[in-house]
Amino acid sequence: MADMKEVQSIEFGVLSPKVILKMATVRIARAELYDPDGYPIDGGVMDPRMGVIDPGLRCRTCGGSVGDCGGHFGYLELARPIVHVLYSKFVYRLLKVICRKCGKLLTGSREKTSLKDLIKTAGKKCTACGEEQGEIKFEKPYSFWEDKTPLNPMTIRERFEKTPDEDLELIRVRIRPEWLIITILPVPPVTVRPSITLETGERSEDDLTHKLVDIVRINQRLKENIDIGAPDFIIEDLWELLQYHVSTFFDNELTGVPHARHRSGRGLKTLVQRLKTKEGRFRSNLAGKRVNFCARTVISPDNNIDIDEVGVPEIIAKELTLPIRVTDFNIAMIKEVVKNGPNVWPGANYATRADGRKKKITEESKNEIAEEITNGWIVERHLQNGDIVLFNRQPSLHRMSIMAHRVRVMPYRTFRLNLCVSPPYNADFDGDEMNLHVPQTEEAQAEALLLMEVQNQIRSPRFGGPIIAPKNDHISGLFILTKKDSVFTKEEAAQILAYAGIDAQLPDKEKVSGKEIFSSLLPQNLNIEFQSTWHKGNKNDEDSNVVIKNGKLIKGVIDKSAVGSEEGAIIDKIEKMGTPQEVSDFINKVSRLGSAMLDTRGFTVGISDNDLSEEAKKLVSKAIKKAEEDVADLIDQFNKGKLEGLPDRSLNASLEVYIMQRLAKAVNECGEVVSAHVPENDTIYMARTGARGSLVNVTQTAACIGQETVLGQRIHRGYLNRTLPHFRKGDLSPISHGFVGTSFKAGLTPFEFFWDSLNGREGLMDKSLRTRHSGYMERRLVNALQDLKVKYDMTVRDLTNSVVQFLPGEDGIDPAKSNWGKFDVDAFVNLEAAKDD
Amino acid sequence: MIDLPKSILEKAEKIFEEKKIPQHKREKILENLKNAYKLYVYEPGEAIGIVSAQSISEPATQMTMRSYHVAGSAGIRVTLGLPRLMEIFDARRTPTTPMMVIYLDKQYQTKEKAREVAARIKEVRIREMVTDDVIDLLNSQLELKIDLKKAVLFNLDKEKIIDNLKKNTKDVTIKSHEDKILVSPKKEDTSIREMQKLKSKILDMHLYGIKGIQQVVVKREGDEWVLNTLGSNVKKVMAVEGVDGARTETNDIHEVAKTLGIEAARFVIIKEASKTLEEQGLEVDIRHIMLVADAMTATGKIQAIGRYGVAGSKGSVLARAAFEETIKHLTAASIRGRKDRFNGAIENVMVGKLVPIGTGMFDLTMKADENEKEENSKSKESK
Repeated sequence: MADMKEVQSIEFGVLSPKVILKMATVRIARAELYDPDGYPIDGGVMDPRMGVIDPGLRCRTCGGSVGDCGGHFGYLELARPIVHVLYSKFVYRLLKVICRKCGKLLTGSREKTSLKDLIKTAGKKCTACGEEQGEIKFEKPYSFWEDKTPLNPMTIRERFEKTPDEDLELIRVRIRPEWLIITILPVPPVTVRPSITLETGERSEDDLTHKLVDIVRINQRLKENIDIGAPDFIIEDLWELLQYHVSTFFDNELTGVPHARHRSGRGLKTLVQRLKTKEGRFRSNLAGKRVNFCARTVISPDNNIDIDEVGVPEIIAKELTLPIRVTDFNIAMIKEVVKNGPNVWPGANYATRADGRKKKITEESKNEIAEEITNGWIVERHLQNGDIVLFNRQPSLHRMSIMAHRVRVMPYRTFRLNLCVSPPYNADFDGDEMNLHVPQTEEAQAEALLLMEVQNQIRSPRFGGPIIAPKNDHISGLFILTKKDSVFTKEEAAQILAYAGIDAQLPDKEKVSGKEIFSSLLPQNLNIEFQSTWHKGNKNDEDSNVVIKNGKLIKGVIDKSAVGSEEGAIIDKIEKMGTPQEVSDFINKVSRLGSAMLDTRGFTVGISDNDLSEEAKKLVSKAIKKAEEDVADLIDQFNKGKLEGLPDRSLNASLEVYIMQRLAKAVNECGEVVSAHVPENDTIYMARTGARGSLVNVTQTAACIGQETVLGQRIHRGYLNRTLPHFRKGDLSPISHGFVGTSFKAGLTPFEFFWDSLNGREGLMDKSLRTRHSGYMERRLVNALQDLKVKYDMTVRDLTNSVVQFLPGEDGIDPAKSNWGKFDVDAFVNLEAAKDD
Repeated sequence: MIDLPKSILEKAEKIFEEKKIPQHKREKILENLKNAYKLYVYEPGEAIGIVSAQSISEPATQMTMRSYHVAGSAGIRVTLGLPRLMEIFDARRTPTTPMMVIYLDKQYQTKEKAREVAARIKEVRIREMVTDDVIDLLNSQLELKIDLKKAVLFNLDKEKIIDNLKKNTKDVTIKSHEDKILVSPKKEDTSIREMQKLKSKILDMHLYGIKGIQQVVVKREGDEWVLNTLGSNVKKVMAVEGVDGARTETNDIHEVAKTLGIEAARFVIIKEASKTLEEQGLEVDIRHIMLVADAMTATGKIQAIGRYGVAGSKGSVLARAAFEETIKHLTAASIRGRKDRFNGAIENVMVGKLVPIGTGMFDLTMKADENEKEENSKSKESK
């Protein structure tokens, strides 16, 4: 760690031939890699002076071993200069604006301009020497013409050499352009293109090495041919070939030339391919990194651990370690742990002595090491209860996708988490896996605790409401508990509370109401009024408006709008009033209370929940029949030409709109029938309290599924003028265009089943498309905004320190600290004004 | 620490006035209000950009791809959902469905008057006035049968249409015959294809109304008559008599930037984006959308979110290279001799440095010995 250096800045530029020669250790001149004995040849592409790749050997240049020596460049003198493909477009643009004779810019003015503007204004005659300019043509990827005669790299280089520095500065070019015409090719060190020895003993070379061999071979041939004075066309051909090889060495996906390939036909991965795309160096190795001290396994729910805890299997706890420095305060504990060894939890796996020597703790050595330990040692002990870890589920769409939890070591092999934290992770337990990371330093742990702990993430910055909250059965349970007719004997009440693990004072009465039990969890100073989710279908119910006064639930039921994720008014209020610990306690207790209630009462759902009375069934079939008749009527009018169209709509389209509207109305009527006739049961409780499902689900199961749509329209695709061959051509009736008049319970006819699968398929396509698009949108948004931060003067600035907002969000309020994005000034001022009176 | 922002102060003052609270009490309340407000404020160093980006795109995963929605029975099909949101952030030149909401002056608040304004706004092409078109090959002429009844609605008659045609065409003779207009090219033996071309050119000719407004729907909104249009042309529409120019709305961001300025464009971005999210039933705080809109407009020009906009014009070479078009950015930087100073987030991740955001934002500079002295003197004082 001692000689670690920090990068202050990186300057980009182009290597000049001089620099290439200076940094190179070897002159490469031979195309062979190894001699018959299998040793690399000096002056070959695998020259051992360019670094070591075989463990155990030392570098012949610097003496370092595999880890220490980063490798050394070699160089190759090209027999003829070559255009650097990656810069060929720039070479072309530059050629257009400099004189063919004197190399000066084709502009009279000495003002700074851009190359782009200069290309537009450049004259036909050189302003310095009066030379007439030819027309430059460029053909991708690397061919140039001037007035229809080819322009070779040698000529281009000569021109560039003449261009004075001052002229280049005018168009803000800060390199010598002749460097873009390669005369000396740097040969990358072997460490960046290591060869692999296969099991058979055969050596398999890296793609770059293959390419370099090609270059050296052709370069050699070109040189020989020049030396013996071969005819021009041979030299031209070889030169072109050398240009091709050097170009594909840089980029093997050039348009206009064939890609260089392996014998197997696979394209070679050369320099550009190494950097580009998601799998390239930038995105895969620099912007994202692999880590140690992490674990991944299946998750399962556990109501009995707290929301800020995570259950870690013992097997994992024994594998993941935390380095602890031995001091007077912990030496006893550490010795204990070391004595347990690596196989018994809580044990330890490694011990580092004060002098830096690291020892593995084994069954044999554990007692010996435990004796030896003194202050200053560092022991890598197993993960223990209470340790801080980061817990993550992909896709990590927002910051709550990684939160800090406290470890709780448990048996078996899955991570356990409290159900209330599943909404921010968007996790369910149908086989989802999650990742766990162990911060290794005290700084990292402290930061994780302060910024990322579950308690501090309860309020989502997206909308300023709670996102960590009881769900599903918790809500059903709380509703049943606080319903108006819920009364318990004192024993029953105590039983429920004890079951939930809550220690609370109950009123001293024979009969205790559910509301009183619930109130025992509320802070004394809580005052709040709101509408329950239950209210929606039961407007006149006395329980539909919730009133809490001084921590007592006076009126109303507890359901989704009281404690649910994204809505919970009570959680919101407590979060704003109390400490993070108090909120998380409340969530823990309230969710357990809900579960305890269901455990004592029982909660069950069956298909008979969706039974309709004979009377209701009649109403449903009447509604559908009436709708079908009305639609038939509409079609009749349409066929007779009596139908009045909608403005700016064709008659056909108008008819479709009318039919859709009429059928939708029928489905709504069914919904009303269901909501009026299905007796109160557990299914309805779930739907009405927002615990799970909705009345639409009940309606579709009990009464009628409704219109199936594709692209928002009735189903029209299929055969000519009809959807299926079972219908008459031109049939416009509901059933032939995707209307499903039966319920899931009664069963679908084959047609209806087919329409439903069409709709289902569309949903699947939509989902897979959507994830792709929204993923890319997230990447773009994050990339555009990632450098914005709030500065100490409360301005929002980007990385160049220019202001983007003078006050974030126009009022400086952080949604993550607000109440649904608001700071209620009126309420506060009114309260304050009332106080002093 | 910052002062109370204007919006909050104004709210407080309003209550003070309403409740007639005495001056001395006001000051105290304001003091308390300020303290309460502080609990709601952003902390310095907050990675506000990333939080906003996530807050918008996380719910976007739940959006529908189905892009069209018919607003009302007689309404206009509008692009919605994820495609619309991407369109806004991409800052496309024109929206796929350009739309306007036009409010009317008080004098025009009847259905008839509203219709009258609508008729003046809607673009009418010759095609719409023609009930029948025939290419007469024998005489090599084009016969257009004009719907005279319809023409009256738009204050047109045959003569006016002919005048218009004459003004906008070359090398043709135009004659009137009963309810028909006959157009024939001056050139001898014109081919069928040329006739077809001429026909579609004439049919698409602008006759009346405002260019670009394809559809106008008169709607009752609250206690007001409002026009919804498909197609947008703010500059022209605002000048039409009967239109309340100050309240005219459009969803074309670039058009607004051009006619009303960048601040107005920012407002349209915010409004359109939050409308799209709201319509999908997704709750996103408006502040996040504001930040995106500000990032898009901070330079004075509309910049898209993406490789040709904000992300592509960032100050750091490495950050740009890591996003898209890696090679392009690296080669361009090398020609210009650019320097990356590691001020942003991703560059520092690349080289393993602390990211200068949040707890990594500040450095500590101190001389160890001086600090010790201070510590000592402090501890003495406390004793």
